[in-house]
Amino acid sequence: MPQTAQVHAETRAAKERSPFVNAISEFWKSYRKNKPALFGTGIILVFILLAIFANFIAPQGINDQNITNKLQAPSAAHWFGTDDFGRDIFSRILFGARLSLRVGFLAVIGSIVVGTLLGILAGYFGKVLDVVISRLFDILLAFPSILLSIAIVAILGPSLNNALVAIAIVNVPVFGRLVRSRVLTVKEEEYVVAARSIGMGDMRIIFHHILPNSIAPIIVQGTLNIATAILDAAGLGFLGMGAEAPLPEWGKMLSDSREYIQNAPWTVLFPGLAIVLVVVGFNLIGDGLRDALDPRMKN
Amino acid sequence: MLKMSDPVLKVEGLKTSFFTDDGEVPAVGGIDFEVKEGEILGIVGESGCGKSVTSLSIMGLLPSPPGKIVGGHIYYQGEDISHAKESKMRKLRGNEIAMIFQEPMTSLNPVFTIGEQLEEAIKLHNQRLPKKEIENRSVELLKRVGLPRAKELLKEYPHELSGGMRQRVMIAIAMSCNPKVLIADEPTTALDVTIQAQILDLMIKLNKETNTAIIMITHDLGVVAQMCQRVVVMYAGKIVEEGPVKDIFNHPKHPYTEGLIQSIPDLHGKKERLYTIKGSVPKPGSITKGCLFAPRCEFVMDKCRVNTPELSGGEHKSRCFLHQEQGRKEVRT
Repeated sequence: MPQTAQVHAETRAAKERSPFVNAISEFWKSYRKNKPALFGTGIILVFILLAIFANFIAPQGINDQNITNKLQAPSAAHWFGTDDFGRDIFSRILFGARLSLRVGFLAVIGSIVVGTLLGILAGYFGKVLDVVISRLFDILLAFPSILLSIAIVAILGPSLNNALVAIAIVNVPVFGRLVRSRVLTVKEEEYVVAARSIGMGDMRIIFHHILPNSIAPIIVQGTLNIATAILDAAGLGFLGMGAEAPLPEWGKMLSDSREYIQNAPWTVLFPGLAIVLVVVGFNLIGDGLRDALDPRMKN
Repeated sequence: MLKMSDPVLKVEGLKTSFFTDDGEVPAVGGIDFEVKEGEILGIVGESGCGKSVTSLSIMGLLPSPPGKIVGGHIYYQGEDISHAKESKMRKLRGNEIAMIFQEPMTSLNPVFTIGEQLEEAIKLHNQRLPKKEIENRSVELLKRVGLPRAKELLKEYPHELSGGMRQRVMIAIAMSCNPKVLIADEPTTALDVTIQAQILDLMIKLNKETNTAIIMITHDLGVVAQMCQRVVVMYAGKIVEEGPVKDIFNHPKHPYTEGLIQSIPDLHGKKERLYTIKGSVPKPGSITKGCLFAPRCEFVMDKCRVNTPELSGGEHKSRCFLHQEQGRKEVRT
């Protein structure tokens, strides 16, 4: 049967590749079936490319003012119109993508690193450490996240980088609790006891057994959290607690243009649309990753 | 150097308890046994009689809290390891004493290949070995436990293997550093009968080749008959009978052992209802007075409910008034 022959050829090919490549191709097989996730990936890829090549794509600089040209409706010269200083909104949104994506990625990476570390300490070593760390998470989670980030920015002083730090801190307990609960489960698995029975130490067990078996939910949660981090950054920008005046941060652009919402709605519409697209994109990717990485969904 | 007849591992009066919200629950209530080099010792008993807790106590792998060794000693080559430091135990584990578990399906890490896990185990105790040498050794180990196409297996993940193959891999990992003692905690319970026989044969073969002592923990007397030279029968955290396998099968000296033997299905005999021991193992700590087996015993006497019998006898010991008073009594066989 030609079909079986083909399957055999495929399995043989799979054997010859490295396990890592195999895992990736396995993952891709189930991920590509998920159309919304592919759509989300497309959106985010476009935004990443736009951000990287903003210098070449943007028709104008972010701070090129032309007062005579202010609040122009979208046209061939200014695709997204101009704002109250006559700056080209399209160009500003392109450069704004750099800021927002940077905040999203860095804040989430920061909270993943710190959260994972604390979660492992709490879950693996337990006892007093667990009580202290878990209560710390509870305290952080007891505040509404935006309020907590405002408080942190108020202490550190308003700037985009401080907003980033604040968002990272606020998200630490999300990852901390996730990792802690994974560690508690994986710690009891028989292969961990088996590893200890051949003399493996705590550090090796953590890095060889517990972390690799907890990574999938961290990746999923991380992707979803990039969206919230970008939204939080925009929110802080809107409240004047984030990016400083000339920076084309999307939230800041929204708040600066809110007086013109009736006469020149494009000044609000396009930055808002950019935020929505990026957030939707990351959420779709996150959902797709969850479906593809969850071992229970595999057949 | 140890003499052939010296025990590699000796357990003396081991008591292990679990401290729960309801107070102290004694899981192992003072047991003594020893294993000599190259010997296969069977530990038999029902679920919940303390077999697994005994093995975890020896390995220093008791979940703590709530588990704790509250009394007795464990001597490995004459050295007491019952309260040894974690760093000391880590050196012993794998190198000197290794263990295989009941569930081959869950005792391998699902995210790494067989090769990575086997090589990890070898590296753990031989850090300076070159990479090529480690790989050769892995292939050789897999061949030794009777796995075909060893080279390809190294690149496969646990889920691509059957239960029997995984248990062979576990044995290969446990044997990777030539331990002196191998504790096998119900290694064949989760496998079907033909695979079970193959795994037991493999363990006997490794025992002969490497002279590794094996402690075979099981609830299956058939396994004991096939493998072991000596057997310890445990009931409710205590040893009720101990001796050479043949003696125990031919002349059991404790009604519990007798019951266990009679509840093995007989292929050749007349087909009747299988014998069962009525009731179940008492909750640890619930019986404070008299013989622990008294509530389920067919031959129970008045004094069994009041006094606790001691483990006595020569090579073949038992903990029962019946046999201590009447001497060796031939019971129904």
